[in-house]
Amino acid sequence: MATKEQTKISKEVLFDLHRRMVRIRLLEEAAGQLASEARIPGFIHLYVGEEAVAAGGCVALKEEDQISSTHRGHGHLVAKGGEFKPMMAEFMGKATGYCKGKGGSMHISDLDLGMLGANGIVGAGVPIAVGAAFANKYKNNGLVTMAFFGDGSTNIGAFHEAANMACALHLPIVFMCENNEYAEYTARERVMAITDVADRAAAYGMPGVIVDGMDVVAVYEAARVAVARARNGEGPSMIECKTYRYYDHAGVSGLGRTYRSDEEVQEWMERDPIKLFEAQLAKAKVMSEEEAKEIHAGIQAEIDEAIEFAENSPLPDPEVDMLTDVYTEAS
Amino acid sequence: MAVTEQEQRIIRYNDAFNETLAELLREDPDIFIAGEDVGRYGGVFQSFAGLNAEFGDERIVDTPIAEQAIIGLGIGAAAVGLRPIVDLMFMDFVMVSMDQIANQAAKMKYMFGGKAKLPLTITTTGGAGLGAAAQHSQSLEAWLIHVPGLKVVYPSNPYDLKGLLVSCVRDDNPTIFTLHKAMLGSKGHVPEGLYEIPLGEANVVREGTDATVVAIGKMVSEAQKAAEALSEEGIEVEIIDPRTLLPFDMDTVIQSAKKTNRIVIVHEAVKNGGIGAEISAQIQEQAFDYLDAPVTRVAAPFAPVPFSPALEQSYVPNAESIAKGVRDVLHRNT
Repeated sequence: MATKEQTKISKEVLFDLHRRMVRIRLLEEAAGQLASEARIPGFIHLYVGEEAVAAGGCVALKEEDQISSTHRGHGHLVAKGGEFKPMMAEFMGKATGYCKGKGGSMHISDLDLGMLGANGIVGAGVPIAVGAAFANKYKNNGLVTMAFFGDGSTNIGAFHEAANMACALHLPIVFMCENNEYAEYTARERVMAITDVADRAAAYGMPGVIVDGMDVVAVYEAARVAVARARNGEGPSMIECKTYRYYDHAGVSGLGRTYRSDEEVQEWMERDPIKLFEAQLAKAKVMSEEEAKEIHAGIQAEIDEAIEFAENSPLPDPEVDMLTDVYTEAS
Repeated sequence: MAVTEQEQRIIRYNDAFNETLAELLREDPDIFIAGEDVGRYGGVFQSFAGLNAEFGDERIVDTPIAEQAIIGLGIGAAAVGLRPIVDLMFMDFVMVSMDQIANQAAKMKYMFGGKAKLPLTITTTGGAGLGAAAQHSQSLEAWLIHVPGLKVVYPSNPYDLKGLLVSCVRDDNPTIFTLHKAMLGSKGHVPEGLYEIPLGEANVVREGTDATVVAIGKMVSEAQKAAEALSEEGIEVEIIDPRTLLPFDMDTVIQSAKKTNRIVIVHEAVKNGGIGAEISAQIQEQAFDYLDAPVTRVAAPFAPVPFSPALEQSYVPNAESIAKGVRDVLHRNT
């Protein structure tokens, strides 16, 4: 398997992988806290536990490459270069948010970063990613699109249509599955007769690999192989990352539930992607515990600043903002 | 105005569609067409004939039968800078792809705070009359005009078809362009070269003083036949073809309502929840005091489109039922 290749990864990339994961984790914990205090309205779908997937996938991409996302999209946007201030402002429904407060957590996006949108409809981002990949091939610009989606997405028709089309048209795309074992609140084995989503790849005519989604280096290495394949004109690939969602599908708690056991949650948390990676980095003398702490503190300070920015930002004005941005006016 | 050779050029509705696409493709390399059977075969109605041969597989793309992915292909490609034309072979397939149309394409710009620009055109064929039965004959414009973010266009003749199609493709919003499949062979004057008819501008097809008929798509030609018959009875009908159903040129309809004081709305879709209901509501909101009779709708009965020609013919409104509607608003029916 490609991920077993002993790729020499530079210190810079290792730090980048770490940094993006910590950025996601701390933002999400802060967002969860704010949501629990009703300082963030609406639904929130936290990415905590799955950081290695977004970080490993996006570090393997170029800045200009595109990604599509899911309900659980904060992590993808952060990993693609999203900034805390407009993210936090968007969560709070402020005019200074990435979407001027019109999208919120579930639709957060920044097309300038190649982020084609979080999406409130399961699986619906995948056909859109295929469209972006088509455009890359059409323009012969050497760019790659990475579609992030969950195990649950692979049961919806749009996913099947998109995967088949991407393979039939031989497009530069990577299908990045976050298999967190639950489709919302229903265990994977209750709604799928197969264990590994990657098995589906063969049906479309693309390679499918399984990686430990709690191991950011494993994700990164698999993503590098798939991205290189796409960029070289060799077509789509699928990567299934076995990962886990610490919180519920939506909301800010995840324990004491009937759909999964607390023991199971604890077991996965023992293999926390950030803790695992920091232990590896310390052992390899790449990053000391002290350095890691400093990185956390620096990011936390940035988040605190973003919260302040968001709370002090103006709300959108119904008189002015309600009807703008429905249509693009002729230039 | 002198009638030049150019003005006399008469071509088929379907050929006007094909010619317009070819001219647009030659003009703008960012335009491509994707859909079921549009490539090598040229489309089930041959609307895309010859395009694959001229522009190649890269630009005239045969897709799987996968309507959600076809629309998604267009959305993603438009979002990153191309100007896609994607085809839904039959308008009935709108339902199969409704999530991508209504939840994705239509809302992307708004949800993203204005950042997205989606120059996407969805072409399709609507309407009954070919014995194609309940799943290949519908007019689903009412489903689409309910969705903020879309533009919906329905040309009634070859000249408008060309001008409106050019405007749709050049527009930076998702537009749905509906051909009427029973009009594909109809003929009319179409100039060579590209020209635009602005979206959201109705056409007063016939001026009249006694009643206004607002007719959509193929119903425009039926309304014209009705108007000729009614003229012999001394009734002069004004006919308005909205051409664009979203945005809708209500001003032109209201002006006419204030002039004739009597309105008949004609569409092929079922009456219940059809676009006629919306037009009627807006007329009473804006011109209630000018009306001398209730607004009347001539539309299909509340049943799926039937197969048998015996049923289908009386399902779809025609000149006769439109004339009856006009006599109703004039209280001339005995």
